[in-house]
Amino acid sequence: MTKPERKLTCIGVGNPFRSDDAVGRIVVEHLRHDVPAGFQVLEETGDGAELLEAWIDADCVIIVDAVQSGAPPGTIHRFDARAEKLPGWFCHSSTHSFGVAEAIELARAMGEMPAEVIVYGIEGLDFSAGTVLSPEVAQVVPTAAKLILQEILSHPLERSASC
Amino acid sequence: MNAKTMKVDFLARVEGEGGFRLKIKDRQVKEAKLNIFEPPRFFEAFLRGRKFDEIPDITARICGICPVAYQMSACHAAEDAFGVHPNAAIRELRRLLYCGEWIESHALHIYMLHAPDFLGYEDVIQMAKDHSEAVQRGLRLKKIGNALMTLLGGREIHPINVRVGGFYSVPTKKQLQDLEDDLKWARDAAVETCRWVATFTFPDFQRNYEFVALRHPTEYPLNEGRLVSNKGLDISVQQYEEEFAEEHVEHSHALHSTIQNRGAYFVGPIARYNLNRDRLTSLAQETAKESGLEAECRNPFQGIIIRAVETVYACEEALRIVAQYEMPERPAVPVKPTAGSGCGCTEAPRGILYHKYRFDERGLVLSAKIVPPTAQNLKTIEDDLTEFVSTRLHLPKDRLQWQCEQAIRNYDPCISCATHFLRLEVDGE
Repeated sequence: MTKPERKLTCIGVGNPFRSDDAVGRIVVEHLRHDVPAGFQVLEETGDGAELLEAWIDADCVIIVDAVQSGAPPGTIHRFDARAEKLPGWFCHSSTHSFGVAEAIELARAMGEMPAEVIVYGIEGLDFSAGTVLSPEVAQVVPTAAKLILQEILSHPLERSASC
Repeated sequence: MNAKTMKVDFLARVEGEGGFRLKIKDRQVKEAKLNIFEPPRFFEAFLRGRKFDEIPDITARICGICPVAYQMSACHAAEDAFGVHPNAAIRELRRLLYCGEWIESHALHIYMLHAPDFLGYEDVIQMAKDHSEAVQRGLRLKKIGNALMTLLGGREIHPINVRVGGFYSVPTKKQLQDLEDDLKWARDAAVETCRWVATFTFPDFQRNYEFVALRHPTEYPLNEGRLVSNKGLDISVQQYEEEFAEEHVEHSHALHSTIQNRGAYFVGPIARYNLNRDRLTSLAQETAKESGLEAECRNPFQGIIIRAVETVYACEEALRIVAQYEMPERPAVPVKPTAGSGCGCTEAPRGILYHKYRFDERGLVLSAKIVPPTAQNLKTIEDDLTEFVSTRLHLPKDRLQWQCEQAIRNYDPCISCATHFLRLEVDGE
């Protein structure tokens, strides 16, 4: 199979030991085996520097992360980060490291943004220590995975992959 | 107006939750307080009853930026208690791991946290619009530090490959050699970093500090040495508690450290440089000189240059260790616990980090004491603020606040580290 000339990377972000914070990683794990060969599926802790590195060669990046915006748990948000700045509640709480929103803004400032950056945020409920998702969040994992997979499969990059 | 209060509830670009408050009356600073409201984390309490071989992994969790420092001080303390002496190869690998942490931590602080202050940007994202090349250099430097930590520590944050007596596994020579090109790039980038930060404008501010750092007979200090100061201190790590005391202050969840009879003291890159400049490599010394540093630095704002000089050193030291490395037969020396106590002190990126443990005969922790560098600098930071503000009361409030925050960030304070040890005392019924 010919490798795609343009690359798509899907990154699940989160801490697997902080309950719902892991939902981004669980979603990409769910869709990993259905993603056509040649596309990268990664799991990251969410460290901004690592994210910048992870998408360095990508033309299209899809990021899946847990969020806390005040919406009901399990709500699936979708943002086109090239078109709009991520909302403030996406920002990381620590300043010795930086997260998804900061990495995107830093890439934008440096002129290093991939051509497309799509961010899925899944509303979490419980971010305490633990390895199990809240039921409200767990139940949207298949839906989120399906949505993202559809986005990947319908993406023009996919067609070049199957050439 | 004769009286005013400046209150910053949340300090940006420091790790953890803290703020500061200044009270000014009759054109004098009456009070400068760092409010550390990051919740206490009780690490010392929940180490009790845990086995000695769990300490490096538990204490690594205190900080995501300097976990190696916690692991190193913990290992040295347990080895001191049990009379264990790791061999030269393990010693070298520990230095190499520590170099990785210094590179990533210094790169982060220089480029992401502190440079925006000097160049007048709200944060690194704003700065990156005009200084994209510099930010990319900083990110790549940080990544190379992380790569060293990942190779030796198993992962870059909270490494899992460190044990009392050595490591769980050690890298092959080939694995280390694969890092050489990156490390050479990092060394050159660190020199470039020095040149860059040396062009910044530094406020004219100096104080007569007592600088405290480790000093080793031949090395720039990382893991070992005696505790020395520019005011005559020269003690073994085992004598730490004879000279240094911790006290609880009402406005802070972090304890404040003082040196007996003299009060506040200063730990970190500037202290290390002032007390160990002759132990730097010649390239690091030359770079320091070119960057305008004198043999002794008393301006805390110039700490950013010294972090860059130490990054040059850490890259060169890493290259030396990689070049000389021969894979040891065993990744660790045997450890047999005995009842007793031991202490360790190593140079975290932000300064000396002291650990002391008491063990029973099975190697279970009976008591633990951890004194992180930020707690040791808190009193000095408050004293800096008092004096710094006193000569700048004419400045507009927003400008003064900016400079105060910059003055606090001189110390790269890690508030998360500093609040893990508040003692909770409950009266018995």
